[in-house]
Amino acid sequence: MRITVNPNLCQGHNRCFSLAPELFEVDDFGLATAVNDGQVPAGMEEKAQLCIDNCPEFAITAVEE
Amino acid sequence: MTEGVKNEGGCPVSDWATDYDIMDEGYTTNPSPIWSDLRERCPVAHSTRWGGSWMPTKYEDIQKLANMVPALSSRTVTVIPPDAQLREELIADLKAYGNESPPITADPPEHSPFKRLILPFFSPRAVAGYTQMTEDLCNDLLDKLEARMKAGEPFCDGAVEYAQQIPPRVIAFILGIDMKRADEFTRWTQDLLELGQTQPELRRSARHKIRNFFYEEIAKRRENPTEDVISELLAAEVEGEKLSDHQVAGICNLLLVAGIDTTWSSIGAALYHFSTHPEDRARIAEEPELLPTAVEELLRFYSPVTMARKVTEEIEFGGAEMKPGDKVLMTFPAANRDPAVFERPDEVVLDRQQNRHIAFGTGIHRCAGSNLARMELQVALRLWFERFGNRFEMACLEGVTWAGGQVKGPRTVPIRLL
Repeated sequence: MRITVNPNLCQGHNRCFSLAPELFEVDDFGLATAVNDGQVPAGMEEKAQLCIDNCPEFAITAVEE
Repeated sequence: MTEGVKNEGGCPVSDWATDYDIMDEGYTTNPSPIWSDLRERCPVAHSTRWGGSWMPTKYEDIQKLANMVPALSSRTVTVIPPDAQLREELIADLKAYGNESPPITADPPEHSPFKRLILPFFSPRAVAGYTQMTEDLCNDLLDKLEARMKAGEPFCDGAVEYAQQIPPRVIAFILGIDMKRADEFTRWTQDLLELGQTQPELRRSARHKIRNFFYEEIAKRRENPTEDVISELLAAEVEGEKLSDHQVAGICNLLLVAGIDTTWSSIGAALYHFSTHPEDRARIAEEPELLPTAVEELLRFYSPVTMARKVTEEIEFGGAEMKPGDKVLMTFPAANRDPAVFERPDEVVLDRQQNRHIAFGTGIHRCAGSNLARMELQVALRLWFERFGNRFEMACLEGVTWAGGQVKGPRTVPIRLL
């Protein structure tokens, strides 16, 4: 599974970062990017999905491989 | 009543679709049935009360409207308009000095540089630095509460004696202003945001007190710079220019006021919830690790903040014909109860997994202090539960009072220990 954060939509709510700090990093403005080019380590798919489902800006999506 | 803010709440509502009253006691305490009804038959309601406004109630609509920038402008964000005298003052100040409290009162392109100026003070990293101070503060408050209740006091007020004590001290710590004046900061904030909604003279005087206070703080730091947010703002540049005293005072005003009323309301609402819901209380006492998820759910269910926007061009939206100058309420609390997005929206589900709530707003005006608010809520509740576990409950349900309008929250939460 691979995820991506749309930088034009992210407003820095940090819901993803609080749910899965392993999958995201945030800058000083709270804007998130997916770590490791969005590759979700095996076993963390559910958590990644949770981040997708909790983003108030609909900024996180799973990328079709 | 003063001119401009006529007693629009005086008579009963005839039809909520065309005559809603956001200060109505029934709306403040239990708005969800009203929103439910409106979503079915008139998803963007209208009222001429309190200066007139449109009220969307669907999640999808509120998301769209919040992102219609600058067609819906943030130049005025208060849900109850200022009276004629304050309005004149605000217009004169705007002409003389520029925007009142950027970024919250700014539209693009002015908005972004100001938002970027204040966001680093509230990033997850920065907020982590305020956690220890918040923990010490909460433990101190709990020591006092516990000692008094053990000495025989029958109950405490969770809203006034705990929730209300936390945010003003945390934001004072961050701004670098005197924490010992926290009660004063709380009173100014309440006068401005809560009581000032229906008492314009309080709103005006609170605005003056807050601004004058910060003008003095600014003057001190122009003489002797310190290491705090105010000094950082004085040293900062926006588009290559230093900020004026008026701008710095406006930003500080925003940070103080926005940091106090909202977070206090959320902590108070959480204590109200746990003192009236024994099963949920027992669950958190048993599973404190659920707290971060539960906090999001409490933010969804008890969303404190409604903002407003001003229409700047003709917009047809969901059957509503909005005209320039109209006001549109950003009814985030209604969005968070929309059954199209949330299963069982009118139940608190502490372990709700999918929770795309917009209690902190959505779009470019997302609450800059959301990380701070979340930390304060989590610390305040975690330490409360560590101290009292499952051994507390509501002492007097009839004694609970709620404030509404711009910020909804319980103002008295009588709690007794078991």
